[in-house]
Amino acid sequence: MNTANTHTLSVLVENSPGVLARVASLFSRRGYNIDSLAVGPTEDENISRMTIVINVDGHALDQVIQQLDKLINVISITQLDPVTSVQRELLLVKVATTPVTRSQVLETVQLFRAKVVDVAQDAVTIEATGNAEKIQALLRVLEPYGIKELVQSGLVAMSRGLKPGSISEEKR
Amino acid sequence: MSSENGTKMTGASSLVKSLEHAGVDVMFGIPGGAILPAYDPIFDSPIRHILVRHEQGAGHAATGYAQATGRVGVCIATSGPGATNLVTPLADAQMDSVPLVAITGQVASAAIGTDAFQEADIRGITMPVTKHNYLITNADDIPRAIAEAFHIASTGRPGAVLVDIAKDALQHQTVFQWPNSINLAGYNPVLTPDATAVRDAARLIAQSRNPVLYVGGGIIKANAHKELMKLAELTGAPVVTTLMARGAFPDGHHQHLGMPGMHGTVAAVTALQKADLLITLGARFDDRVTGKLSSFAPLAKIIHADIDPAEIGKNRRADVALIGDLTNTIAALLPAIAAEFKKSQPDLSAWWLQVNTWRAKFPLGYDHPTDGSVSPQYVIERLGKIAGPDAIYVAGVGQHQMWASQFISYENPRTWLNSGGLGTMGYAVPAAMGAKVGAPDKVVWAIDGDGCFQMTNQELVTCAINNIPIKVAIINNESLGMVRQWQTLFYNQRYSNTDLHSKRIPDFAKLADAMGCVGLRCESREDVDRTIAEAMAINDRPVVVDFSVHRDAMVWPMVAAGTSNDDIVIARSMAPIWDSQEL
Repeated sequence: MNTANTHTLSVLVENSPGVLARVASLFSRRGYNIDSLAVGPTEDENISRMTIVINVDGHALDQVIQQLDKLINVISITQLDPVTSVQRELLLVKVATTPVTRSQVLETVQLFRAKVVDVAQDAVTIEATGNAEKIQALLRVLEPYGIKELVQSGLVAMSRGLKPGSISEEKR
Repeated sequence: MSSENGTKMTGASSLVKSLEHAGVDVMFGIPGGAILPAYDPIFDSPIRHILVRHEQGAGHAATGYAQATGRVGVCIATSGPGATNLVTPLADAQMDSVPLVAITGQVASAAIGTDAFQEADIRGITMPVTKHNYLITNADDIPRAIAEAFHIASTGRPGAVLVDIAKDALQHQTVFQWPNSINLAGYNPVLTPDATAVRDAARLIAQSRNPVLYVGGGIIKANAHKELMKLAELTGAPVVTTLMARGAFPDGHHQHLGMPGMHGTVAAVTALQKADLLITLGARFDDRVTGKLSSFAPLAKIIHADIDPAEIGKNRRADVALIGDLTNTIAALLPAIAAEFKKSQPDLSAWWLQVNTWRAKFPLGYDHPTDGSVSPQYVIERLGKIAGPDAIYVAGVGQHQMWASQFISYENPRTWLNSGGLGTMGYAVPAAMGAKVGAPDKVVWAIDGDGCFQMTNQELVTCAINNIPIKVAIINNESLGMVRQWQTLFYNQRYSNTDLHSKRIPDFAKLADAMGCVGLRCESREDVDRTIAEAMAINDRPVVVDFSVHRDAMVWPMVAAGTSNDDIVIARSMAPIWDSQEL
């Protein structure tokens, strides 16, 4: 999944109406494809963080960053390296079970350090967090049992260590 | 001014006070339901409000005002259709980096999202065509939004900003508080270029044997034309000025090769193609300049100076990027280049020999039609000679625009106004109106096509009523001339829907007369000078001259869309024949 052209941008934006529309509109207008986008609050209530995963080559990445930085509501942009950052996705998956397969499914859940959040007669719902590879690996193992429903969050990420560096701040 | 701080007033009064504090002296607009509360305090304000006939006219007038003066242009409209009519001028101003603030009324905040009468999500609609925009639903937020809007529109790379204000925010009581300072965490334009980059640029310039100064509209936006002159004379390099930069460097200067691009001079286009270094100043490698990008200036290293970091490498990779205000950038470059030249100054004489050969062999020109009709280029050339370099020329879009760029000598910045990026037909009349309002002592000539003129001519009524005596030259070839030229060249002369039949309908002179202007007509070459002189003598009313011209005249030279600049054609099927040493 993590190819050379996949990049994770951590973008601090003002927490004001229309910011998500601006970012989405920019990506659409300039023809950039977003792999995933997650928005949420930060420790500062006036600021939100967008984690954007995008698949572009290096030259286009620079343009994405520069164009994003032109949006007045965008405060800073940090490119997160998968090695020096923690990256997580959340997965909820409903897997079909029979009395025979249930214990096998539960064993898989344990192996992946996932957890069961709901059990029904013929299915279990599993919650898992991890990086993209772990989530994909879990899904591959669960697939033969029959995946009835699946929902997955966008990636959220944070740099390791103390203070995140900001691309746009470094430029200044 | 600050004495008004702390005063209780309505949001509408707060808006008008804010505009006064922002230094607005004139705005163009039309009232309507949602913006109506603002029009009451406008009635008492020292700000001059010019009631236009269509909101598009308000937007282009504000743009013309801004381009002629360098100040922020302001337009105002109501919600829904009033606001959507501003979309074209907003996109136009944004493309050409014109500082523009648009104020629109919005339906009351409780009604937003309900498809209320005259509701349009103008903030959503204009997001991609503005530098920034606001939706204000609280009266207390008005002064800060206005202050920020003017700051954003006029600083960094200038652009269009829209402030949409809900009707109830205009009606509610508030305490006026003009902000002392503006602090936008996400907006800090870089003004001074990196010192290492300046040294690298100077070194490249000192090493170059075939340099060209590729000058864009940014020089005019940054008021850096004097610095540009110093740079040109220090380096001794040939200068080309793009469509947006005409007037940034005097056409009469011996280093000036004219305009590059699709309809540029052979010398300008070819100099870029053969250059070993482009010193790019406030230009953006637009497709109309580069032709087929992969074959543009193949030998050249690129120094790219711009205030907008996103322009660096957008179309063409830069070897040295100079991010900053162009006045500062050139001021930093001058001593750095002088220091390099002390070590060794390049000899450009061989380069100039080549460049001058192209200039001498392939000058701009045109033929007089054999059927006795008037050549459009001749009309425009005479107009430029008679009105002179102190007049302001405002073009529409199409053939007449290209000829006005080619055959008028521009010696000063802000004397050539046009819609370069968006290519907005209908720009000329309202933009000329705005320019004349901003520079009332200047002669302002709109040079328009008969197609363009029919899109926005109703603003002549505004001009006549408000004592804005512009002059309009309609270059009437009875057709959508540029499209017709493409049909001639690329569509087997199948003139699908380009014949406007505008020789008789409308009667432009009568139309002008009906709108309170003087209408003149000129149909022969002998009458051209006399008619222009007649128009020049009328200063108490707008004048419209209908110049009947040859309809088959074409714009040359031409680099066909999507082809290489190397394939420039000087006249139909006549490419320049290069001597082998020139290639």
